[in-house]
Amino acid sequence: MIAAPSTTRPPEAVLPEAGLPGAVGKGPLHQGSRLADQTFRWMCLASGLLVLVVLGLILFSTTKEALPAFRHEGLGFVTSTNWNPATGHFGALAFIYGTLVVSAIALVIAVPVSIGLALFMTELAPPRLRTPVTYIIDLLAAIPSVVYGLWGILVFGPQILKLYTALSSALRGVPLLGTVTGGPAGRSIMTAGIILAVMITPIVTSISKEVFATVPRDQKEAAWGLGATRFEMIRGSVLPYSRGGLVGAVMLGLGRAMGETIAVALVIGSSPAVTAHLFGPGDAMASVVANQFGEATGTHRAALIGLGVVLFVMTVLVNLLARRITGRAEHRLAGGKR
Amino acid sequence: MRRTRIPALLLSTLALAGLLAGCGSSNDNSSKTNQGSTSGSTAAALPAATLNGSGSTFQQPFDEQVIQAFQGKHSGVVINYGGGGSGKGRTDLQGGIVDFAGTDATVSAAEAPKYKGAYLYFPTVAAPITVSYHLSGVEGLQLSPATIALIFERKIKAWNAAEIAADNPGVKLPSTAITVAHRSDSSGTTSNFTNFLKMAAPADWTLDAGSTVNWPADEQAGNGNSGVAQIIGGTNGAIGYVDFSDAKAANLTWAKIKNKAGQYVDATLEGASAALAGVTVNPDLTYNPLWADGDTAYPITSPTWILVYQNQSDHAKGTALKAFLSYIYSDGQGMAAGINYAQLSDAIKQQAMAQLDKLVIPA
Repeated sequence: MIAAPSTTRPPEAVLPEAGLPGAVGKGPLHQGSRLADQTFRWMCLASGLLVLVVLGLILFSTTKEALPAFRHEGLGFVTSTNWNPATGHFGALAFIYGTLVVSAIALVIAVPVSIGLALFMTELAPPRLRTPVTYIIDLLAAIPSVVYGLWGILVFGPQILKLYTALSSALRGVPLLGTVTGGPAGRSIMTAGIILAVMITPIVTSISKEVFATVPRDQKEAAWGLGATRFEMIRGSVLPYSRGGLVGAVMLGLGRAMGETIAVALVIGSSPAVTAHLFGPGDAMASVVANQFGEATGTHRAALIGLGVVLFVMTVLVNLLARRITGRAEHRLAGGKR
Repeated sequence: MRRTRIPALLLSTLALAGLLAGCGSSNDNSSKTNQGSTSGSTAAALPAATLNGSGSTFQQPFDEQVIQAFQGKHSGVVINYGGGGSGKGRTDLQGGIVDFAGTDATVSAAEAPKYKGAYLYFPTVAAPITVSYHLSGVEGLQLSPATIALIFERKIKAWNAAEIAADNPGVKLPSTAITVAHRSDSSGTTSNFTNFLKMAAPADWTLDAGSTVNWPADEQAGNGNSGVAQIIGGTNGAIGYVDFSDAKAANLTWAKIKNKAGQYVDATLEGASAALAGVTVNPDLTYNPLWADGDTAYPITSPTWILVYQNQSDHAKGTALKAFLSYIYSDGQGMAAGINYAQLSDAIKQQAMAQLDKLVIPA
């Protein structure tokens, strides 16, 4: 910090050249920074607007391209399960269902694990363990999704099929579980959900960790002071304070799960049906687009772009919902404290 | 803190470097194609040009082989073929993004007006689609189109079904359950296979034909020919349709298929060529080699074409394109068998070479 003034000296040396005798010391420097301020403000505004413009253009052009399919199917596009390009039927309900179910499975598995991991890293782990664990989890996020997909079909799928088959035959005839575990296959909705869970764990974990790190020290110490155990402290001060942030973390994970394409395309089994057999094949929106776009023409192509529009709208809705929940939780929290 | 951070950073950099190296090595094949152009020895009088193509992945290995050899002879010409699927290739050609498109299907009536002018089909090669299976203890299986239709519609679910037994007199079939594997991605292979069933077993095949059809839910789906081959290889009792070169590469066994003449024919390049020989070729060089006449014709043979605009807009590109197409009909045909494609019949070849003169190239 001591060296800092010397780096600001060169601009002062330029002063005489500026030829403003009245402007002593800070004047021109101040002016310069005001200009920089303005430029910076416009650049930021432009970046912000650019994002909006890009989003708007994406929505406009995809909707325009998808119009033939929307016209062809009408509301049936989102309410029918008959997707058959050979006969010109494009009902996407099965894929919407698949996307939602796969994402839900991924969340059910990933969220407890991620929050547990984040708590471990912020509250329980000895300091020298924290950094390596963080790096390992961040590395999970660096693995390309196609590698997850290939691992899913070559290694994980065949292995987990044994478990599926065992569960399926053990639970045959049991009312709800029997249906869920029926028709087991290695490439299935469940497999896709599990793979997705692994894929979203890093992002949920690292955001949860940041959220836990913001819990004020006095809150925790107050809990300690009341004689709370570590678990009571976490339950009583860390978790309530972090609820809003955690919802945000989960929603970010959900966004990634809904949009994930190639890993799901490889392992989900590609069967356009709304099925209660979670151990059997299904299909999801993004993976249908990836699988069928190469050979699609005409209405089929429009319908695939339409899937993109529906997915876009669903993602926006999920994000708005998340914002609402987060906002409400924070509001309540703030109200409770002050 | 500092002491732990450095090794961890190193670790992640190493991991990244490993990933990059992995990517690099997979690119080697494609970059070789470009290197070939610089080492070209015979400098023919072709003006420098870059041709871009995309489309059918079925003809991609053949195109890449021919492109490499062609660039070796003409150092000024660079040809890129991007794959992506027949539908993408045709859309790209309509949009003027590419100079030629590879396609396994002909242009539909609804699609035709989207092209910026008249287009020409140039057939390149053909290949059999195998019906591969994995059934321990059973070799030399024979299947009729009707039986295949029933299997792929899940109306037959065990290998010892009466219909399969009727196709295979004297063969002892196990009661193993049948697992059907099909493509998860849209594909020209699916289109040709389902078109074959539609033509050959109209009474039993109800799923219609197309690059994606509504398969029964209790079947397995694999990505690409290799994905289907992987399911078949790993599952006893599995059956699926896989193109010839992938079936060979995956060491699969395949069934003999009953052709239109009533003969059970093995999937071979000769069988595919025989199917081409018996086929009627339309004046625009489209033809359908599925369910072809002839005692030795293999009934599931896929055609594939290169689609180009008749009126070329650029002299250098047009000249290079014409030279490339004519190279496919000269030296190119000789390369086909080595990479598991069947040559065109002489009749189709003659017709295609005659059509080269229809290309209009600006001076």
